[in-house]
Amino acid sequence: MISQFFVLSQRGDNIVFRDYRGEVQKGSPETFFRKVKFWKEDADGDAPPVFNVDGVNYFHVKVAGLLFVATTRINVSPSLVLELLQRTARVIKDYLGVLNEDSFRKNFVLVYELLDEVIDFGYAQTTSTEVLKSYVFNEPIVIESALPLGPASIFMQGTKRMPGTAITKSVVANEPGGRKREEIFVDVIEKISVTFNSSGFILTSEIDGTIQMKSYLTGNPEIRLALNEDLSIGTSDYRGSGAVILDDCNFHESVHLDSFDIDRTLSLVPPDGEFPVMNYRITQAFKPPFRINALIEETGPLKAEVTIKVRAEFNSSINANTVLVQMPLPTFTARVNFELEPGAVGHTTDFKEANKRLEWGLKKVVGGSEHTLRAKLTFSQELHGNIMKEAGPLSMTFTIPMYNSSRLQVKYLQIAKKSKAHNPYRWVRYVTQANSYVARL
Amino acid sequence: MNDDRGYVNFNEKSEVSDLKLQLRQLAGSRAPGTDDSKRDLFKKVISNMTIGIDVSSLFGEMVMCSATSDIVLKKMCYLYVGNYAKVNPDLALLTINFLQRDCKDQDPMIRGLALRSLCSLRVANLVEYLVGPLGSGLKDNNSYVRTVAVIGVLKLYHISATTCIDADFPETLKHLMLNDQDTQVVANCLSALQEIWTLESTTSEEAARERENLHSKPYVYYFLNRIKEFSEWAQCLVMELVAKYIPSDNSEIFDIMNLLEDRLQHANGAVVLATTKVFLHLTLSMADVHQQVYERIKAPLLTQVSSGSPEQSYAILSHLHLLVMRAPYIFSSDYKHFYCQYNEPSYVKKLKLEMLTAVANESNTYEIVTELCEYAANVDIPIARESIRAVGKIALQQYDVNAIVDRLLQFLEMEKDYVTSEALVLVKDLLRKYPQWSQDCIAVVGNISSNNVQEPKAKAALIWMLGEYSQDMHDAPYVLESLVENWDEEHSAEVRLHLLTAVMKCFFKRPPETQKALGAALAAGLADFHQDVHDRALFYYRLLQYNVSVAESVVNPPKQAVSVFADTQSSEVKDRIFDEFNSLSVVYQKPSYMFTDKEHRGTLEFSDELGNLSINAETGDSVVPAQRVEENDKDLLLSTTEKDDVRDPGSNGSAYNAPSYNGSVPSATSQPLADLAFSSTGATGQAPAPGLAIDDLLGLDFSVGTATTPSPPPLTLNPKAVLDPGTFQQKWRQLPISLSEEYSLSPLGIASLVTPNALLRHMQSHSIQCIASGGQSPNFKFFFFAQKAEEASIYLVECIINTSSAKSQIKIKADDQSSSQAFSTLFQSALSKFGLP
Repeated sequence: MISQFFVLSQRGDNIVFRDYRGEVQKGSPETFFRKVKFWKEDADGDAPPVFNVDGVNYFHVKVAGLLFVATTRINVSPSLVLELLQRTARVIKDYLGVLNEDSFRKNFVLVYELLDEVIDFGYAQTTSTEVLKSYVFNEPIVIESALPLGPASIFMQGTKRMPGTAITKSVVANEPGGRKREEIFVDVIEKISVTFNSSGFILTSEIDGTIQMKSYLTGNPEIRLALNEDLSIGTSDYRGSGAVILDDCNFHESVHLDSFDIDRTLSLVPPDGEFPVMNYRITQAFKPPFRINALIEETGPLKAEVTIKVRAEFNSSINANTVLVQMPLPTFTARVNFELEPGAVGHTTDFKEANKRLEWGLKKVVGGSEHTLRAKLTFSQELHGNIMKEAGPLSMTFTIPMYNSSRLQVKYLQIAKKSKAHNPYRWVRYVTQANSYVARL
Repeated sequence: MNDDRGYVNFNEKSEVSDLKLQLRQLAGSRAPGTDDSKRDLFKKVISNMTIGIDVSSLFGEMVMCSATSDIVLKKMCYLYVGNYAKVNPDLALLTINFLQRDCKDQDPMIRGLALRSLCSLRVANLVEYLVGPLGSGLKDNNSYVRTVAVIGVLKLYHISATTCIDADFPETLKHLMLNDQDTQVVANCLSALQEIWTLESTTSEEAARERENLHSKPYVYYFLNRIKEFSEWAQCLVMELVAKYIPSDNSEIFDIMNLLEDRLQHANGAVVLATTKVFLHLTLSMADVHQQVYERIKAPLLTQVSSGSPEQSYAILSHLHLLVMRAPYIFSSDYKHFYCQYNEPSYVKKLKLEMLTAVANESNTYEIVTELCEYAANVDIPIARESIRAVGKIALQQYDVNAIVDRLLQFLEMEKDYVTSEALVLVKDLLRKYPQWSQDCIAVVGNISSNNVQEPKAKAALIWMLGEYSQDMHDAPYVLESLVENWDEEHSAEVRLHLLTAVMKCFFKRPPETQKALGAALAAGLADFHQDVHDRALFYYRLLQYNVSVAESVVNPPKQAVSVFADTQSSEVKDRIFDEFNSLSVVYQKPSYMFTDKEHRGTLEFSDELGNLSINAETGDSVVPAQRVEENDKDLLLSTTEKDDVRDPGSNGSAYNAPSYNGSVPSATSQPLADLAFSSTGATGQAPAPGLAIDDLLGLDFSVGTATTPSPPPLTLNPKAVLDPGTFQQKWRQLPISLSEEYSLSPLGIASLVTPNALLRHMQSHSIQCIASGGQSPNFKFFFFAQKAEEASIYLVECIINTSSAKSQIKIKADDQSSSQAFSTLFQSALSKFGLP
């Protein structure tokens, strides 16, 4: 059970504050924010999501740059409270369409209304947007998303590990045109982690996938979602090469698995709002989308040269977006001269003086292409040790729409029809993102 | 909303009075569009309230405007009223009328909302107005109103417990819990009753019994049968209850696990952890099944770690960390999951490093150490340090360390300050365990210039090595001499202490070369402002004066290699954390009594002083609780036999005299308690352990003889003995255990032991008083005392009763140890009569 719930902006301003039980002092947001802000200086690294100050336990999650915080004096389940905070954020997003400080401030009365129904006297009541609809009466004031709706930018909000789905449309707000558009979005989002050793050999690799759904269908029709028939779970029933093998997976509570073992079909009546149908984890070897070669060589007493080569190993009809390559350089690096390949378009290079890091941004990388960056480093002091130990490892972030590493597929998406004329829009999309994509020197 | 706070403050007053005026104008208006204008105004008021401006002066106007059928307006008004009623109890009375009226509205939504607001006023003198609406709310035919009413009862209880009890609401909730169709009503009843009965149980035995009953078979089965109808949050609640249930046989355990099996595939991490707790706790007594449970929960937990937000995955990872630490061998092939990712926050990396260290074994060490060495060059310096320490820890727990020693020595050559520092400390520990490596290490350490080592811990380690291996390190006396010359610039007392000892050691090995340095060191030490440094210098000085060869045997005795370094946490603390699985204890890595006030721990009824004692013990650097009067708690599973291990002297200031610590001191009382019919060995184990070598030298003998008189005189107890908790604590700490035994209890006794109170009265009739008690089925814990009839001699008893095994474990401490056997007999006979008609 929690005592208070509040949301703080990045600057520490109170956006909403709800005291459910009056057991924790009113100044808790200030205490919390000060602690989080100075954590780096007092100790090291970011403040953990759970900490205790003077007998009060503070829980927080970061969503869309906002801090969602709960306090309690009781020894509760941390995972329950953090999950509750995350869900509360999701419910609010379902209502507001876009989650940011501005939308919050415009709709705080609605947010209070939601908070009253989601939690009563500190106990979770319901986090289902579907159920809440019948208790909540304020109409959201929808604000336009600031992001241009390019093909991949739609996946780019929120934290990297919890990408927001498709659209920024409120689940409850009426369209300006009057009638609601009947549509359903299914996104297969895969976050991949790969570590290459210095010779380009893969040390570890993992795919963390989610099938995310957001439904705007009226009348709650039943949906059947068919996955690859050769899909297997656990390594026990290996079905030869080419099969997709999940190490493990879990499902949303609305999912019925009656025929899953036979034909890999999930059936469900999707509730309103955004939710993960299924989460899965794969450690089976897969072909990484990028190959990276990185080299650092001493070229003189105070000089070194870095060469980075990136090759996109996917089909040329697919593009990767917002690719960023980063690499820590030796501490004594004073100056960096970059040398891009001739004809490079949309590349940016930067040397972050403060933390001695090289950054190379590529707006778009076409499948099959290869790009090279050379950087000449100048040191302020002579290096003693092994230069390979002073630099790196190189890390890379990217988003590749319409590409998935695991070959897990939604074979079909069937909506139980109410009438012949009824034919809602169905969107099934794939996206692959880098979680931890690292090449060692 | 106004973002510029300075501006708002400046205009605060005029804005509030402006709002007041506008509200007044609208209050009586019936013109069309009034509601819309009201909505705008209400929003402004609430927005001011949120940013902390006091708008309580608008109370009257807000109430006047609340006469409306617009539900959005109503909700805003309720929010406002709930916020200010507590500070304006007189004005709150104004709202009672319209809230009560709304409680009878046609629309169930309005009934529910009004009831919730009514109960949220938190004004004590208004409670009389609550009882009626709550009573009808609980009987409402709409489930929404009932869910609100149930929580309303709990709110009422917190405002005025007697009103709530007098209205017999708990009984009504109990009925609803067992009969309502709506699972959210049922879940709220469970939450409310748990809270109410727990608080009531301190004064009411009936409440205590009711609370215990929640863990009984009929209730647990009732909830389990409907588990899938409950919301995911309520499922967590139910499983917390099930985790405390004691099944009568194994087939019941398997039935429950089969039923809950699919909860492990739930996308909600809290549900998965709650299920995990049930599985782990149900199978505690079945070793092989328990291990299978670990295997079963591994994959779902790993999936949770990688699928949620970083915060959620941290919560799950903390629990996985606990499991890995308990059974590393089960996770040894999963080590790759614990590799750090470059973008993870350091609190996650730290957990992973510890897990990697724990799971290292013969087959994976090479790969793990290779990975850890990659982190040592990490840009994140705290993590780089932790990684080097992890390599060192793995070296200390492995038999085949050749490869690791090489790596560590490479660290020394990396020429990064912090890497060198960490590596030096490690090499020192390594040498204490594997003296055979001294040649290789010394060769490398000898090349490090002491000028390049700044961190006190590292410097102390280097100096220790210089002293310890001065015969092998060519320039040791001269390095030490130059360090002594710079005595005044050395700010760390720890380093100066080590320097004194190292110079002494070096002196015994190479006297002519060190004599000058020794003289200078002792002189500087005697003049040192730091008490410890001064005392040590004086001690060495007098020791040398007394007899040089004695001094040598003191400072430079032959050493045994350390076999195991002391664990920082006692096994009992770890067990306690495991008992509190799926709570903050796991994240903080401390049992709840160390971070939670007594009243927020829920199920305890232990005297405050004793509780504080345990907390105080934790304030030192070492996590080992020195005082062992511990909190009674819900479960004391698996922990009692390991209790005395923590008495090992390893926790005493190891930095102080690390070299002389001998980790192989056996713990006398760690043998099974059942075998010790009369344990005199227990006493020596409990004596203050001689942690410092100096203690022995001073000729102090701490061992306490426990002579027993052959025929104890018949013992009678004072029926009116008194002892205050402070004295009890003090005595419990001071006295050694003179007896520890295990008795069996009669089935009748077990049957009567539903709450601790029953036994208390019984023992009292045998002149044995209770000072503290607690626990719940099947584990109860008591502290008793008794006094001899004719003299002041006191007996202290710790008694742990497990009702499922019908066994009690007794520890007796006594002022007069010779009579403790007689007392034990008395105690046993009193206990055996419990429950007999």
